Amino acid sequence: MIDTAVVQARDLSLTFSTADGPVHALKDVSLTIDQGDFVSFIGPSGCGKTTFLRAVAALETPTAGTLAVAGMTPDEARRRRAYGYVFQAPGLYPWRTIAGNISLPLEIMGFSRADRQQRTQRVLDLVDLAGFGGKFPWQLSGGMQQRASIARALAFDADILLMDEPFGALDEIVRDRLNEALLDLWKKTGKTIGFVTHSIPEAVYLSTRIVVMSPRPGRITRVIDSPLPRDRPLEIRDTPEFIALAQQVRDGLREGHSYD
Amino acid sequence: MTSAAMAGAKRRTGRSTGRILPILTVLLAIIAIWYAGAVWMNATWVRDQAARADTVLTTSELVRQTLMLERPVLPAPHQVAAGLWEGVAGQKITSKRSLVWHGWITLSATLAGFAIGTAAGILLAVGIVHNRAMDQSVMPWAVASQTVPILAIAPMVIVVFASMGVTGLLPKAMIAAWLSFFPVLVGMVKGLRTPDAMQLDLMHSWHASRAQQFWRLRLPSSLPYLFASLKVAIAAALVGTIVGELPAGATAGLGARLLSGSYYGQTVQIWAALFAAAMLAALLVMLIGALERLTLRRMGLAR
Repeated sequence: MIDTAVVQARDLSLTFSTADGPVHALKDVSLTIDQGDFVSFIGPSGCGKTTFLRAVAALETPTAGTLAVAGMTPDEARRRRAYGYVFQAPGLYPWRTIAGNISLPLEIMGFSRADRQQRTQRVLDLVDLAGFGGKFPWQLSGGMQQRASIARALAFDADILLMDEPFGALDEIVRDRLNEALLDLWKKTGKTIGFVTHSIPEAVYLSTRIVVMSPRPGRITRVIDSPLPRDRPLEIRDTPEFIALAQQVRDGLREGHSYD
Repeated sequence: MTSAAMAGAKRRTGRSTGRILPILTVLLAIIAIWYAGAVWMNATWVRDQAARADTVLTTSELVRQTLMLERPVLPAPHQVAAGLWEGVAGQKITSKRSLVWHGWITLSATLAGFAIGTAAGILLAVGIVHNRAMDQSVMPWAVASQTVPILAIAPMVIVVFASMGVTGLLPKAMIAAWLSFFPVLVGMVKGLRTPDAMQLDLMHSWHASRAQQFWRLRLPSSLPYLFASLKVAIAAALVGTIVGELPAGATAGLGARLLSGSYYGQTVQIWAALFAAAMLAALLVMLIGALERLTLRRMGLAR
């Protein structure tokens, strides 16, 4: 049997101790993400969706349960550069050009100069920013900056792309375009994507699986497999299937008493 | 020239006169107050002299004489200006009466002390940011070092160094460094800590070493803070150097010039040396300011 699980969490718990007592950010979370999946995590603030993503990235350490990333511990996976992480803010260095920003992780990882240039060019093409490599971040719009930060996460060929509300700070028109571009990118690269969002339409439009979470303690209330085809034009959002799926997600959120 | 360009030019000149006028007004007010002060403070001496010579002075004669005394209590602006000009342009610059020569002695020690202080401040800040033990132990000592009155420490430093046979630039530079390391330390600790959690997480996700994190993220992020600190530090270094030149025995430097002026009641010399020091400080701060603008603009960090 070929093990296709890229992320495997079993009874994962993560408790922060604070001045007001322990906070159960995650409690008994079990989830498997397969190779090539596009998995969205949705739920209200405090449901642990970001914490789960950060645990996968070895930015947080679970307090109980097991978590395997690409068959390794999360920290091993981090050391092997198994994932690229995209935050809500682009976090580009103002003193580096766009190309310089994208080649930053490559410099850190010790790629040769020629390799860096070639890779930077390739990912710039991939996110549709060819010709902007020599520009500085402040010369680009917010959406373009976020695309550059996605290119930076793609540059070193990690198989997993972890995205924490990457489009949360952008307006809806830009967001639509970037959602389309992200799907396109996912099809081209075959990456496994973990995607945290607040938006039901975004989650339904992008994902092959939608993980609905609820807070106090942070847990998974529902995992919905999307029946939508992998080819998704924006218009798919007006189909009955899409609307039904969005309804399921909404029900899932309500089930967790998430919006009390 | 198009009318728009003309309007633009007009606005520019309008803005520059708008800025110069208040500065000029303040300057004139200061000079006027200074003259009034000179007349008032020197009048006693002039009246005594007149009483001794049994002459009665008219007011205009009194004013005239108060402004041209050889050893006034407070010299008038034009006397200080003349003294300054005499010290700068009226001497060979190798002469011991030249302010340029004394200024150079002070400047060289200031720059040496500034360099030592800046290096020490940066190194300590790097240590504080990267090492928990240093984080908790260094800062109180650094603060304590600045609460010690420098006027009390300076003669001891000079004497200790002299007993080891070291005189001249180095002891003064040490005092300058003592004063200038502190602002650099405080600014750099703040600057090296500016990268937020997200940027540090990104570095972590790339498995960056601490050295890579330092050179590529922390150091560039800290530069705006470093430059702000350097401006304070260079002025402090100059003060430190001059204080180091005050203890008996010093014969060179603006501090020595101040001291010898006060020994012999040469108030014009004191004031000329003071102004030379102030102008030197302004020049140094402006130099760092220019360097700051250049660097930060190139880094896209200009504010």
